[in-house]
Amino acid sequence: MAKPRVKVPKSVKKGEAFEVKTLIKHKMETGQRKNKKTGKMIPRFIIAKFAAEFDGKMVFESDWHPAISANPYMAFYMKADKSGPLTMKWTDDKGKTVEATSKINVSG
Amino acid sequence: MTEKMEMTPLGRRAFVKLAGGGAAAFVATTLLPGLAEADAKAVSAAIKKLIGDKKTKPGKITLELPQIAENGRTVPVAFEVSSPMTENDHVKAVHVFAEKNPRPDVATFRFTPASGKARVATRMRLAKTQNVVAVAEMSDGTVYMSKSTVKVTIGGCGG
Amino acid sequence: MKKVKIVLATTATALLVAGAWAGSSFAAGKWGEKQVEDRRSGYTYAQPETRGIQDDDFQNPGMVWVDDGEALWSKVDGKAGKACATCHEDAAKSMKTVGTSYPKFDKKLGKPQNIEQQINECRTQRMQAKPYKWESHEMLAMTTYVRHQSRGLPMSVKVDGEMAPFFEKGKAFYNQRRGLLDMACKHCHQDNAGGQIRANILSQGQSNGFPVYRLKWQKPGSLHRRFRGCNKQVRAAPYKNGSDEYVNLELFVNWRGRGLPVETPAVRN
Repeated sequence: MAKPRVKVPKSVKKGEAFEVKTLIKHKMETGQRKNKKTGKMIPRFIIAKFAAEFDGKMVFESDWHPAISANPYMAFYMKADKSGPLTMKWTDDKGKTVEATSKINVSG
Repeated sequence: MTEKMEMTPLGRRAFVKLAGGGAAAFVATTLLPGLAEADAKAVSAAIKKLIGDKKTKPGKITLELPQIAENGRTVPVAFEVSSPMTENDHVKAVHVFAEKNPRPDVATFRFTPASGKARVATRMRLAKTQNVVAVAEMSDGTVYMSKSTVKVTIGGCGG
Repeated sequence: MKKVKIVLATTATALLVAGAWAGSSFAAGKWGEKQVEDRRSGYTYAQPETRGIQDDDFQNPGMVWVDDGEALWSKVDGKAGKACATCHEDAAKSMKTVGTSYPKFDKKLGKPQNIEQQINECRTQRMQAKPYKWESHEMLAMTTYVRHQSRGLPMSVKVDGEMAPFFEKGKAFYNQRRGLLDMACKHCHQDNAGGQIRANILSQGQSNGFPVYRLKWQKPGSLHRRFRGCNKQVRAAPYKNGSDEYVNLELFVNWRGRGLPVETPAVRN
């Protein structure tokens, strides 16, 4: 799986909700397309799960189905009381995962 | 896209007339011919599978979708559920469905009080003009539902 | 009498200038840099949601290919042990006007060549590396990355002097009816731009955003891929990627968009 892109604000206020943006390159093959040359169905292959953890706890999770567009973009919100790493994990149908970590800087 | 091949070459004006100069959007036939489509019944079944027999109430969910999709393969969608997102009063999950896709489930989003806001933006695939349905499960067991229609059209320029 | 005449003349000139200024700013108005005189970028025909995806560098999936191209730029490849960066160093400087000025005349070949062909010339002759396939991930990443360096700069290809005969060929192709539907490029993109073909709005068919992330393709695609698609749509046999016909057509189409800003990677239907 390709390296995901993540965008978090440079600094956030303690306890105030802020937006996290994510984008990952993936075909999100639905399993409903036919290979024009062989006539066989192209098997489904998608990213099925996304999970974001902060301070040892799950803050946001998502299950994806083939109706999520290719190169999935997803923006969600979270809040933090102290600075620390936000770990995000994308898991595909075959169980393979890719991780990304972003530092959350809490000011004041 | 299936298009009948004309036996005689069309002149430009005839083709443009056939293509239609109207401003109204076309209701599309399915972009995935031959596949079974989900309908309102299938969505109800899918919702029941996720939330059981609970009754849904209108309200609380704001769904943001274009009226007409530029292209059914990438339709920007966002929603927000109004909630204080406290330990005692927060959104537990939001399930999104597309009534007439081959399968109605689009995604499930799970929140915690640490989410701060129950607001998500993403991009989805819509096979044809249909309702997009969002169902929100709250921490007190109540369930809300909202839907919005998106027109998905057949274009004329492939390539 | 003289004084009155001078005053009148000055006032008249001032009014003319004011009129011209008002006129030009009115024309510039709605679409800003995305419209030059009556030439409009495809951006101006897209829906607001689509424009929003292009305008946000984070949300624009085409930028993933720009990142991949950036990685390839510094990657050593081929028997000569070089990377693009070895000769061209900082792409932001060395590639700055490539996106605005290609296709360019190549003395050895005696004809114009476009960016894909230039990349493969560098790869095979100077890096001793294998050429990239036209629509491969590597080629799309590299062309998107290179052309992206010109983003915001106005298109400006040379069409006179040694380029003239190729420009004329491109122009002839653009205006030539072809295929079972017996249509030329101009019928849609010149005569009917802004009109509808079924439920699509016809654009002017400008090239300033290529390689373009097409929502339909769900990945970026080259200009020649689009030419092939358009030709197939009117039931004409398409030409090959990199064919003389398409390079000449690319030259003409780039000239058609002169002054429009490079938008690579653009997002379109």
